[in-house]
Amino acid sequence: MKTVMTDVLVIGGGLAGLRIAIAARKRGHESVVLSLVPPKRSHSSAAQGGMQASLGNVTKGMGDNEDLHFEDTVRGSDWGADQVVARMFVNTAPKAARELAAWGTPWSRVRGGDNDVIINEQKVTLTERMEAHGLIAQRDFGGTKKWRTCYVADGTGHAMLYTTSDQAICHGVDVHERTEALALIHDGERCYGAVVRNLITGELVTYLAKATAIAGGGAGRLYSVTTSAVICEGMGHGLALETGVAPLGNMEAVQFHPTGIVPAGILVTEGCRGDGGLLRDVDGERFMPHYEPEKKELASRDVVSRRMEEHIRRGKGVPSRFGPYLWLDITLLGRLHIEQKLREVKEICQHFLGIDPIEKWIPVRPTQHYTMGGVRTDHTGQSPWLKGLFAAGEAACWDLHGFNRLGGNSVSETVVAGMIVGEFIADFCDKPENSAPFPLTLAREFERREEAKLAAILDGDGKENAFKLRSEMQDVMTHQVGIFRRGDELLAGVAHLQRLLERSARIGVRGKSRAANPELVAAYRVRRMLKVAIATAYGAYLRTESRGAHFREDFPRRNDEEWLKRTLSFWPDEAASLPHFEYEPLDVMKMELPPGWRGYGAKDYIDHPDTPRRMQEIEAIRSQMEGRDRFAVQETIMPYADKLPASLAGRNERLDEPLEGV
Amino acid sequence: MRAIDNNTPQQSTRQHRHLRFSILRYDPNDSASVPCMQEYQIEEAEGMTLFIALNEIREHQDPTLQFDFVCRAGICGSCAMMINGRPHLACRTLTRDLPDEVTLAPLPFFELIGDLSVNTGKWMRGMNERLQTWLHVQEREVDLHRIEERMDPDIADQIYELDRCIECGCCVAACGTAQMRKDFVGAVGMGKIARFRLDPRDIRTDDDYYELIGDDTGVFGCMSLLACHDVCPKTLPLQSQIAFLRRKMATLGLSG
Repeated sequence: MKTVMTDVLVIGGGLAGLRIAIAARKRGHESVVLSLVPPKRSHSSAAQGGMQASLGNVTKGMGDNEDLHFEDTVRGSDWGADQVVARMFVNTAPKAARELAAWGTPWSRVRGGDNDVIINEQKVTLTERMEAHGLIAQRDFGGTKKWRTCYVADGTGHAMLYTTSDQAICHGVDVHERTEALALIHDGERCYGAVVRNLITGELVTYLAKATAIAGGGAGRLYSVTTSAVICEGMGHGLALETGVAPLGNMEAVQFHPTGIVPAGILVTEGCRGDGGLLRDVDGERFMPHYEPEKKELASRDVVSRRMEEHIRRGKGVPSRFGPYLWLDITLLGRLHIEQKLREVKEICQHFLGIDPIEKWIPVRPTQHYTMGGVRTDHTGQSPWLKGLFAAGEAACWDLHGFNRLGGNSVSETVVAGMIVGEFIADFCDKPENSAPFPLTLAREFERREEAKLAAILDGDGKENAFKLRSEMQDVMTHQVGIFRRGDELLAGVAHLQRLLERSARIGVRGKSRAANPELVAAYRVRRMLKVAIATAYGAYLRTESRGAHFREDFPRRNDEEWLKRTLSFWPDEAASLPHFEYEPLDVMKMELPPGWRGYGAKDYIDHPDTPRRMQEIEAIRSQMEGRDRFAVQETIMPYADKLPASLAGRNERLDEPLEGV
Repeated sequence: MRAIDNNTPQQSTRQHRHLRFSILRYDPNDSASVPCMQEYQIEEAEGMTLFIALNEIREHQDPTLQFDFVCRAGICGSCAMMINGRPHLACRTLTRDLPDEVTLAPLPFFELIGDLSVNTGKWMRGMNERLQTWLHVQEREVDLHRIEERMDPDIADQIYELDRCIECGCCVAACGTAQMRKDFVGAVGMGKIARFRLDPRDIRTDDDYYELIGDDTGVFGCMSLLACHDVCPKTLPLQSQIAFLRRKMATLGLSG
């Protein structure tokens, strides 16, 4: 048995994972990152449009601050978010953007003076302040009150990932590329690391660590049409679920992005609409203002995606052999803008559609995009059910996004959670009681178990085909667990997935190599994917309301009275074909922003009985504290400052909000 | 409404062809494996890319075929391979732009994992370490509570222009010098140096860069064949950057 011992084992080499490893390393802890692919190839690189951070440098961002970012995020989440976590996040996001600037990310910068932009089909001249010249620029994104999305043209994720990955190299972070965790090593109470397979040689290695962090990204490949990279198969989710003790949170919350290109499903950024692009139908009509008069194309993603599908159902889609689609029109932005700020979009249109978006409209349709659900953690990023297991980024349910994530908040979350959770992991490793000797016998047992599973696939006589099972699962998820959901369809979908899970016990492979073997990889992953898919589909069936991206045609209203709670799915019995569900209530009486109308989308919802009382309480605090600054009022309504690591606490300087003293 | 009339769904004028793929097979993990070309045939489909074609072959004909894709959107740089003799990103290659017969081979130069899969990641990390491709600054810790340092917007745009490199390895695979010396940093390496050299935040001087690339493993190894420039999927200005760096380094070398 080959064993690697380290302080921090990070599963996933994208932005969240790398940033955790850097944090731990800077605090003197050894860290090893496991990555399925070279880390710079991670799906973080696909984030195009930008990262939300309330720097308020541009004219249209003036007056922006943590309070507005917080409110936008909570409204976007349809009140599913953990508001303390949202506060921690918005206060750290400006620091994260500034840290990346100091590390070398070539953020697009403000140009002082007159700048021509397109807003609501009109050419507008925005005059940027000269004192802001050269500071990080922001663009508009959906569901935000201010221009808050910091960007590097439309290659933001790429630039952030390269900066962070090179910093990881500079800090001596060990990255073990092309390795895959197969199981977490744990005793039901404490996580000790993972059994890991080398994807080139096939060798199994046991990694033992004080702290293990899952940062494996999303589960987009549960669906057949997704913007996600092919590696986003929810394996981080699956690893936690298969412990039987660590639950996943809110797996039914799946985001569909309004603008995946048809048919490939490749993303074109929300920045297209943020910068003034429009959605048009088969007649060339701009339709979003009819549905969403206030935010139009820039309502939150769940709302825009539903409106698009609604419009298609009314027969307004453009027919094609791949199904109906709609148009994204960025021609009005002009050549200069597209060639400078939407270059990747232009390349994608050229290479995958054979069109030039300067001249022609882009065929788009809502496409699976983001997994709000994930490994449920507390505000430190640790699973309250399994000590020593942490999670961050898309793989986690921290829970910043609730039932709908705002554009620009995910790539922001990766680095912010990386910073915050990284510090908490370092604290965890600092404590002598967490350095107890590793349970080698237990580790060996886990490794034998994984070895046996691989042997059963390679040497068994199973006849099921892993690729076929996967593709059938993807069809079920796409057609029965999509944007519009209904109880009967969901139940039928769950039953279908259960049959697939049962068949997955009999997968056989034609290629018998124990080393690099793509068929073997598909074989052992599909079973884990099916469990995550069932947790998603069954959770969606049980949630008899509509909230954020989870929309039930048979229960179209948000129901705070019964459903202001987080879904937790556990898989305690390996032989079972359904997870076990529990629910974690959200306490309205502790909320800074009690549930209400989001400012876009449907206006009718069932109130929680505590909501009026909490509103009164907050009003009373505000009137009592009139004249006090916003920080004091906020801290009284919902204290959170003590929750942040000391190094990350503290206010953020802005041009309009200088830091006092020092 | 001008765009609607000339906006037809992406369509191929050709009818569905039978595509013949000839793929170089070799599994270095298997001592019995011998490099050979293997043939596969598939029916072309609308909008088919090599990503779609290769997955179809793997899922329906030969599950042992190895290749790498991650983003399948031309962003991550995983899938570079030799397509009819020329290095390019497979995910971004539409079959309609290819003849009926397609020959695929792994990128040369890099360590072979199997079939079309090569270990570009390992080589790139080595290059990153060797050239120290991160921002070198005086103070390691900045006060994150404070407003960020300003940067000229044009300089920021120019840096991004070079920062768009996706480390796919096409430039190295196409490089004449790299065929002859394994320690050559390639256009990717020189592009990185050009990027940090342009960055006013980086404190390194040309003397420092000379130490990194001022010899035959760097700018003076380049024979100016410039296939790197021709094959770069991100159309980075490699030709002008290498020429510029070489002039700077030569001047420095002569004066030193």
